[in-house]
Amino acid sequence: MNHLPLIIKREYFTKVKNKSFIVMTFLSPLIMIALFAVVAYLSQLNNDKQRTISVLDDTGYLTNVFENTENTSYTILNGLKLKDAIELVKEKEDYGLLHIAKIDDLDGVSDHIRFYSEETPSLSVISGLEQRIEKRLNEMKLEKDGVTLAQIEAAKTNVDIAQESYTGEKSSKADNVVKLMFGGAAGYLLFMFIIIYGNMIMRSVIEEKTSRIIEVIISSVKPIQLMMGKIIGTSLAGVTQFIIWAILGGVLMVLVGFIFNIDILAMQTQQQEMAMQSLQNSGMDQKVGEFFIAFQNLPMTNLIIAFLFFFIGGYLLYSSLYAAIGAAVDNETDTQQFMLPILMPLVLAVYVGVFTVIEDPHGVVSTVFSFIPFTSPVVMLMRIPFGVPIWQQGLSLLLLIITFIATVWFAAKIYRVGILMYGKKPTYKELFKWLKY
Amino acid sequence: MNDLLVADAVSKSFGNFKALNQVSIAVPKGSIFGLLGPNGAGKTTLIRIINQITMPDEGRVFLDGQPLKPEHVRDIGYLPEERGLYKSMKVGEQCLYLAQLKGLSKSEAKQRLKYWFDKLEIGDWWNKKIQELSKGQAQKIQFVVTVLHQPKLLIFDEPFSGFDPINANLIKDEILQLREEGATVIFSTHRMESVEELCDHIALIHKSNKVLDGKLNDIKRQYKTNTFEVGLQASNSDRVITEIKNQFEVLPATFKNLNDDVKLNVKLKEDVSPNDLLSFLTAKAEVHHFVEVIPSASDIFIQTVKNN
Repeated sequence: MNHLPLIIKREYFTKVKNKSFIVMTFLSPLIMIALFAVVAYLSQLNNDKQRTISVLDDTGYLTNVFENTENTSYTILNGLKLKDAIELVKEKEDYGLLHIAKIDDLDGVSDHIRFYSEETPSLSVISGLEQRIEKRLNEMKLEKDGVTLAQIEAAKTNVDIAQESYTGEKSSKADNVVKLMFGGAAGYLLFMFIIIYGNMIMRSVIEEKTSRIIEVIISSVKPIQLMMGKIIGTSLAGVTQFIIWAILGGVLMVLVGFIFNIDILAMQTQQQEMAMQSLQNSGMDQKVGEFFIAFQNLPMTNLIIAFLFFFIGGYLLYSSLYAAIGAAVDNETDTQQFMLPILMPLVLAVYVGVFTVIEDPHGVVSTVFSFIPFTSPVVMLMRIPFGVPIWQQGLSLLLLIITFIATVWFAAKIYRVGILMYGKKPTYKELFKWLKY
Repeated sequence: MNDLLVADAVSKSFGNFKALNQVSIAVPKGSIFGLLGPNGAGKTTLIRIINQITMPDEGRVFLDGQPLKPEHVRDIGYLPEERGLYKSMKVGEQCLYLAQLKGLSKSEAKQRLKYWFDKLEIGDWWNKKIQELSKGQAQKIQFVVTVLHQPKLLIFDEPFSGFDPINANLIKDEILQLREEGATVIFSTHRMESVEELCDHIALIHKSNKVLDGKLNDIKRQYKTNTFEVGLQASNSDRVITEIKNQFEVLPATFKNLNDDVKLNVKLKEDVSPNDLLSFLTAKAEVHHFVEVIPSASDIFIQTVKNN
């Protein structure tokens, strides 16, 4: 008698019809977008703030470096003593005072520049000032040695190394960025999916225990059928939720951007801004084109197939463990001690993925972790865009499947015994004993 | 084969703890079989083995002459002591789900549920959630779900707990009715008066071993001590008592009776018939009360457990 479809159906519909599930499905994207909009709005406010910086240049070298920009204007003070200048700036409530002390030797100037202000100045303001001054001082030193400005300009060179594999596949930095984005998104998606829906499975097992229906159910079906039905039903509910999130999130994103006229995509951190600037040097249009080419260069078929297999394999592996934990305990507070051993390999996988795969996708660490079944789904998904030989993918998947079967067997044992155990919080030793019942 | 269920030398251990030790029972077709025993004796383990929830370490179980196999879950209806339903699921949906798990088709389940819901007058609960029902009401639903697929063997573990006397009676009548219709019932309880009332066979499990089994009447015959309750009216009661005491072994009696002057338990020797006692008594006084003392299920239970 195969009751699996029946159980899956029940698990799916109870989840999907659950009020808090519905609320979460429709509210989370709203909350996320609202947060996004608030942050975007606030940072825009911040950027719009006007600052005035006074400059007291006793050397006279740097006076014409400071041109007013959109948000910052500079006042050049002349012939004031430092003390008086500070008083004046305080009175005017300027952002701060930049003082360049009088030094005859050009080499010494850089050591005698100081910024005075009421509060600690923002990092971006200081680094902006530093960049300007450095550029000017460099030029002056070169001029002193007899190099003209025109020569300096002419000497500037921009290098962009073209990459090509032995088999003739061309790639670029843009390729790598796209690959990282793909791999990172896939790995992170799996990580999130496991945590959210693994927990949901665990709670639903605990619910069956606390409502004491479990004994009625397993007098009709095999515990492993119930467990698999639960895992599959909950996953389907999860996929449904994810799809709704993606659609809703996309629509809302566009809508909010339209209504509030905030260019959400333009929200950038300092670092991204710098990266964008360096991109701009070689021509923005060309870069965008490169991204599209990089997209097309991705091994799409391989990616999609591998994504499906590793995603499903990894998810089933972890969710069966979550189900076993749910069966072993009576209530959610008791789950903590068993959660750690599950979360550790998962977090490790993400760390390895983020730090090692980016650095060297085919290095020893990345390769090894892409074979260990508990980390392989995340790490391998991150590596695949960079091109992993099919035999490696196959071997890793085989290991994953073998481990998955072993884990399900192990989880089913604990599940079978655990669902009928009430009252006490089991220890690891007891769990081990259950395997032999 | 007259036995619907036979357990043959079943043993089960959990780690070092032996929950069942070579327990054999035979449940005759059409009987109500009382499975008795103190808490923790191993009854639930045996019931779970019959339901194939746990596998025995040793021994075999036969249902209708066949070794127990997964398909047999359709032939068994089980109401566990630790029972409950999905709290946030609607009554109707839930009953359909559980019935389908027992192998009924959806339409058939619907039809039978309608019959039962009408019979128990609970039709308007269909769209309620379990958490909106009282405990007793949920128990009723649970009972319906247990019997819905018309199993050959019904196993009830403390079926009356949580019911008020009216509903307990209702359920009792339903159980008797199901037996009339051909079902065999295994009945596990600590309420000895229901054992007395319902069971025709019993088995007593104590400390993982079966210590007693058979027809309830046979067991009672075994356990009876040839003792008779005697109630007399006599003008000179003290003298009558002394005379009886000289002739027979007399124990104090506690039965309830209207206006008897003399109340005694008289134990007869093997070779003395009740008629001898009666004619002795009628010669001395007016006999108002003369009953053989039959040990109750409760007496047998306590005595057996103490002796073991």
